[in-house]
Amino acid sequence: MNPAGLPEQLRRAWAIAKKDIRLYYAKNSVLVFGILMPVFLFLAFFTGSRQLPLAFLIPGLVGTALLFTATAISPAIFSWEGRHGTLERLASCPVTTEAIVLGDMIASILYGIGITLITVFIGLALGLSLLHGITMIVSILLAACCFSAIGMLLAVPPTSEPSTPMMLSLLIKFPLIFISGIFIPLEQMPGWGLVLAVFSPLTYFTDLVRYSFIETHYFPVLIDISALALFTLVFTAGTMYLHKRTMPKRL
Amino acid sequence: MTAVIHASDLTKVFGKSTAVDHISFDVRQGEIFGFLGPNGAGKTTTTRMLTGVIPPDDGSATVLGYDIRSEPVQAKQRFGVVPETSNAYTDLTAWQNLMLMGELYGVARAQAARRSSELLTVLGLIDRRDQKVQAYSKGMKQRLILAMALLHEPKLLFLDEPTSGLDVQSTQMILAMLRDMNRDGTTIFLTTHNMEDANRLCHRVGIIRNGRMVAIDAPEKLKTAIDRVHTIEVSFDREVAGDALAALPGVTGVKRIGDKWQLTAEKQDAVILSLAAFSQQNHAAIVTLNTLAPSLDDAFLRLTREGSP
Repeated sequence: MNPAGLPEQLRRAWAIAKKDIRLYYAKNSVLVFGILMPVFLFLAFFTGSRQLPLAFLIPGLVGTALLFTATAISPAIFSWEGRHGTLERLASCPVTTEAIVLGDMIASILYGIGITLITVFIGLALGLSLLHGITMIVSILLAACCFSAIGMLLAVPPTSEPSTPMMLSLLIKFPLIFISGIFIPLEQMPGWGLVLAVFSPLTYFTDLVRYSFIETHYFPVLIDISALALFTLVFTAGTMYLHKRTMPKRL
Repeated sequence: MTAVIHASDLTKVFGKSTAVDHISFDVRQGEIFGFLGPNGAGKTTTTRMLTGVIPPDDGSATVLGYDIRSEPVQAKQRFGVVPETSNAYTDLTAWQNLMLMGELYGVARAQAARRSSELLTVLGLIDRRDQKVQAYSKGMKQRLILAMALLHEPKLLFLDEPTSGLDVQSTQMILAMLRDMNRDGTTIFLTTHNMEDANRLCHRVGIIRNGRMVAIDAPEKLKTAIDRVHTIEVSFDREVAGDALAALPGVTGVKRIGDKWQLTAEKQDAVILSLAAFSQQNHAAIVTLNTLAPSLDDAFLRLTREGSP
């Protein structure tokens, strides 16, 4: 066994993910909050903008759910663990910083996917049909990775105060919702809004979900998937690199 | 003897303060090495550099033959760490914490379960294995941390104040376990404030002051090295004259303390022989005769005080 080898580090990242799920995600309050937050946002827009059809808004609900859940807990895990000394425990174990970050990402990916699937079923229960199931699965997987990497990027500033990354997280998540064609169709956005939308990964995910449900989309599917994959790659590499640099400052 | 830890010019700077200043030392295979120093001397920072938790700003360290900077995972795989404050996951049970360690060290599940049962039994925690750690006492938490550090059967164990603030039962249990492990070949790097523990356990001790290593030697050698003048305490069954004692060969000073005489001398064996002869000649039987060697406390205080502002 080579403890520094990739297979062994992946196994250890999975152990960290299981620990995260047990400690931070598998709690009733977290699960309920994960579902309620996007549902309430959806209801607010649904009741406030009656001119938009349900078939347009449900993909927005799916997109918001995945963004909120995949970034719900992960930004604060490093701060919590730093405060309780358990991060030092992990740092003294034979696991790389990348494996610790990957473990945290895997937990948030699984949590994000789990909650998002519930919103997909809500859509189906409300009468939508899943026309492109494979596209839906691929886009949820990619977007979950991408959003969990965003969550971990928000955890980069070394602080032992969990409220700091959570506040930063809210400051980024809410503007993303408004520029990503969630509740305002991209076609109706002003030019500057469209420019901003291009830089939001949520735009491409929502576009893909809309395509999967109702076959309408703004960007070609291949562009959506490629953009999402590129964002995932850049954010994941960025978060690994930055955490490796800031880890000693946390300890 | 092979060096299990080799630190060379290890340095750590925090802002304008140099916490550890170019310290170099070796820890030999199979020994219990005590790392002593006053608060803020740089003990914990050195330990954290050696365990790969924080990187040194200068210098290097190899642990079990692996450079802790370039091959940290290989080194960490082979040693265990017991920090001063318990850092088990308090929302997990003892068993879950141990299984997590097993996974993080790549120990097969069956082996981890067997080893966990053994360790929890030896450390008196087996009946509480399924209880969340938050309900544990400080001593129980510290014993669990020791179990977590030993799960993968490390060749080297780092301990930072392992018995600090613990009850007698937990302290004795931990110290006994350390002795047993060392007897079985585990090298132990023990950071402690407790001179008694260091004196009883350690083969060698290193004393750090203001980030610099001021002495490394066996405890007994350190004790004798700090005082060239020896003190001998003697009492007789009848009154003797102080002047007569002062006139004995080799005696450099005489002081009356209660019913005893305290003599100072450069060569204590010569003075003891003189005292035996004096006793015979003056028909004054010796009631007590003690050589007062400085304690490790004295050595520590002397070495950490010298040159201090």
